[in-house]
Amino acid sequence: MTKNIQLNAEGKLKHFLTIDGLSRPLLTEILDTAESFAAMAGNQVKKVPLLRGKTIVNVFFENSTRTRTTFELAATRLSADVLNMNIATSSTSKGESLLDTIRNLEAMHVDMFVVRHSLSGAAHFMAQNTAPHISVINAGDGQHAHPTQAMLDMFTIRQHKPDLTDLRVAIIGDILHSRVARSQIFALTTLGVKEVRVIAPRTLLPAKVETLGVTVCHDLQAGLQDIDVIITLRLQKERMTSALLPSESEYYKCFGLTQAKLKLAKPDAIVMHPGPINRGVEIDSSVADGPQSVILQQVSNGIAVRMAVLSMAMQNSGEAR
Amino acid sequence: MPNNSLDVAALLDTLDVNLKQLIQDRYLSNPLMIGIRTGGVWVAQALHTRLAITEPLGLLDISFYRDDFSQIGINPNVKPSHLPHQIDGRNVILVDDVFYTGRTIRAALNEIFDYGRPAQVILAVLLERNGRQIPIRPDCYGASCHLEPGQRIKLTGPAPLALHLETIPAIG
Repeated sequence: MTKNIQLNAEGKLKHFLTIDGLSRPLLTEILDTAESFAAMAGNQVKKVPLLRGKTIVNVFFENSTRTRTTFELAATRLSADVLNMNIATSSTSKGESLLDTIRNLEAMHVDMFVVRHSLSGAAHFMAQNTAPHISVINAGDGQHAHPTQAMLDMFTIRQHKPDLTDLRVAIIGDILHSRVARSQIFALTTLGVKEVRVIAPRTLLPAKVETLGVTVCHDLQAGLQDIDVIITLRLQKERMTSALLPSESEYYKCFGLTQAKLKLAKPDAIVMHPGPINRGVEIDSSVADGPQSVILQQVSNGIAVRMAVLSMAMQNSGEAR
Repeated sequence: MPNNSLDVAALLDTLDVNLKQLIQDRYLSNPLMIGIRTGGVWVAQALHTRLAITEPLGLLDISFYRDDFSQIGINPNVKPSHLPHQIDGRNVILVDDVFYTGRTIRAALNEIFDYGRPAQVILAVLLERNGRQIPIRPDCYGASCHLEPGQRIKLTGPAPLALHLETIPAIG
């Protein structure tokens, strides 16, 4: 068996690059640790000294609002120092290679990289090529993975439905371009949900998606039967290179989540979306803002889950020093 | 160490008397009691009743403030600290079960001072043992004892509260 680059010699999380290949106990440990940090959100003092003296660099080669700000808040609430690399104004735009960027940041004695990149595998490449004491956290790479988003989604689901093994979860929309969906599918199947159902037009599904252990459905109305958790996805127009859809309004008519369609799921179903939302495309405003929506809770939980991942990875990065 | 000194009820009686004396000597009016999870909270609950303090007990979980985080990692089941009242200007009675190295108390003080600036903090512990590593010591205790290297004492509870003397096998 090849060694999982994400784990240190003791099998503990050192880098967090993808959910694929991580065990159920490890995912549960992340969720349990996040639980402790989530409880702090109500405190007068929201900051703890766990990562004092550590430096975390947010290296974002691609735009982000929620992910970068919640990573930054998570790091500062753990008392780490945070450096935000704005790549648009950095040397990368002058032609510096990723490897040279890594070497230069290492020379500044940083302890952790949080990286987002438009190319799949960028975070993995950094983890392979960085100094042994540095941890790398994937904040989204191309169409590959977005593991902290998937874990904050699992955390939100668990808050509302504690027994995950009893759940049927529907993921609706642009699965093809979604690194979030891929990570969610791995997380949900690892945590043992009863069913993961992907609901999308054929043009927005990756080839052989069933091999990931999901059931496939091309009809939203039929697909929502018996569903406990509905995850809607953003239509990623910026990644679409060919005509995959006739029009946005037709997509909304067939795959947009409306109040009427929501009634087809279980009455206590929760509605999620990783953001940013295209209102009136994949989800109707009244559903996004409605009583079954937990979309803003996902954002809050992002901080606690990222605090858990940062502190666990930092704690397990010291062995090679 | 004789076994009868591990009688928790007797230790609580002594601690109660010593603490009341200290409160009188220091003119501590309207003190705020804070217990350190987990054992310290049990001791604090007993003292809280005996001293008839009406304000709810504060609960402190110092896991995120420990100085040995990089060695032992975080316990995934940290409970939130709950300090129900303003700390500023208050007389705080900080309660723990066994005082040993002093590091737990250092962490607890750091956390308390993140919440505000108390007028005074006094430290009451059920049992003080040898092995201090930093210049912090309790203001009052139920008993003081000397343990041999490799010996450890642990409070279990909450009902009944009991102290256990254990011998830890030598490492490496």
